[in-house]
Amino acid sequence: MSPAGESGQLELHIRHKSYRVASGGRLHVLGEISFSLANGEVAAVVGPSGCGKTTLLRIIVGLDRDFDGSVLLPAHGRLGIVFQEPRLLPWRTVEENVRLAAPQAGEATLSTLFATLGLSAHRRHYPGELSLGLARRVALARAFAFEPELLALDEPFVSLDAALVERLRAELIELISRRPTTTLLVTHSIEEAIGLADRVFLLSPSPARVIAEVPIERPRSPRSAAELAVIRDKLRVAAVSG
Amino acid sequence: MNPALRLGSVALLVAAWLVGSHLVGSRLLPAPQTVALAIINEARSGALAFNLGVTLLRVAASFTIAMAFGTVIGLAMGRMPVIDRLADPWLVVLLNLPALVIIVLAYVWAGLTESAALIAVALNKLPIAIVTVREGARALDPSLDEMATVFRMSGWTRLRHVTMPQLAPYLAAATRSGLSLVWKIVLIVELLGRPNGVGFEIGVAFQLFDVTRILAYALTFVVVMLAIETFLVQPFERHVSRWRIRPA
Repeated sequence: MSPAGESGQLELHIRHKSYRVASGGRLHVLGEISFSLANGEVAAVVGPSGCGKTTLLRIIVGLDRDFDGSVLLPAHGRLGIVFQEPRLLPWRTVEENVRLAAPQAGEATLSTLFATLGLSAHRRHYPGELSLGLARRVALARAFAFEPELLALDEPFVSLDAALVERLRAELIELISRRPTTTLLVTHSIEEAIGLADRVFLLSPSPARVIAEVPIERPRSPRSAAELAVIRDKLRVAAVSG
Repeated sequence: MNPALRLGSVALLVAAWLVGSHLVGSRLLPAPQTVALAIINEARSGALAFNLGVTLLRVAASFTIAMAFGTVIGLAMGRMPVIDRLADPWLVVLLNLPALVIIVLAYVWAGLTESAALIAVALNKLPIAIVTVREGARALDPSLDEMATVFRMSGWTRLRHVTMPQLAPYLAAATRSGLSLVWKIVLIVELLGRPNGVGFEIGVAFQLFDVTRILAYALTFVVVMLAIETFLVQPFERHVSRWRIRPA
């Protein structure tokens, strides 16, 4: 667990989070989770599916306030989020979807963004006419056009084929390097986390708590299979001893 | 739909009318050409256009009032359970009050005035609009709401781009059923307490047992409403559902 940084962009202290379930009782989803992210840092939270990762993200972006603990956000608190499902407005075009979320974004910003994400040809299309991969990109474009201080990504690559994931990952890296943004990625895939983040937090099964924190040197650069194996081993050891 | 089939169906209706008028006699059911002649005569004197116009204005005014209040109240009831529980008994009362009772009470309480007539018609349409919009408000997608919250969309942007498009099919349904209901009730209101309009003319014709005139006014107004449906309601519906993928 890292001590709360003075210039932290995000400071998170969750003591306890539970849901009321239909049968009456309460389901304990999150245990003790505390960490802070510095300006421009990219962190990943990795955990088995159903461990409460999405709940954690909803607490951070302020969609869920019913928990025991505190969340400290950057001063202006502009949060961009890419949900697990793209959540686009089906009755508005790709461009309108982005502009409605980010009315301040200029044409230059938008065309660079669309070009980077390979969406230039799809500006006038409706979300129903796009594949899931393209729709995810629109969600990504929307979040970046909003120019957030904190970007939250909830399993942005789930249910896409491997080649597409690789391309989207590269595009995401390019966007983050062009406009350094504090980013929190939530995923069940260690590979995705290693490929993007400066720091990886490993969560236990529900009720989730942080069982390991692994810094990644030279993140977002091409790595050899041997290097990847070393990092994976490190994470595995951390998970077992945690 | 095949236009030839539609046209054939209309021709069949006119033929049945012709045969019927021969069977029961022209006093009870005048022949189509007699009615057509009556329509032309009324149109020449200017009475037809005047009465149609007056009735149409009443339909438009009371329909607008009912839809505006119906949308606001329906949205509030669909979104806020407290309001739903508070307003539901009122809604049930209004839904089950016969149109005639509302009209008579409106005239008794407010006099035989234009506003009493419009309010009476609007009150008849209002509960149905509320129920339809409430269904739509209950079916609003919470995940899009969350998206709008995170991206800090303004109230107006949310209403115009997130909420209203989801309500559009429900509003279209309320418009469809509403227009046909409203014009029927406007005729009763005119019959009971207005000095002009299609309903008033039909009332006079009834007293004179003038079936030709009744049919002349009724049919012309049906044609007008059909035109509104075809040239206003349907194009609007096509416009708001342009984003849906249509089977080729």
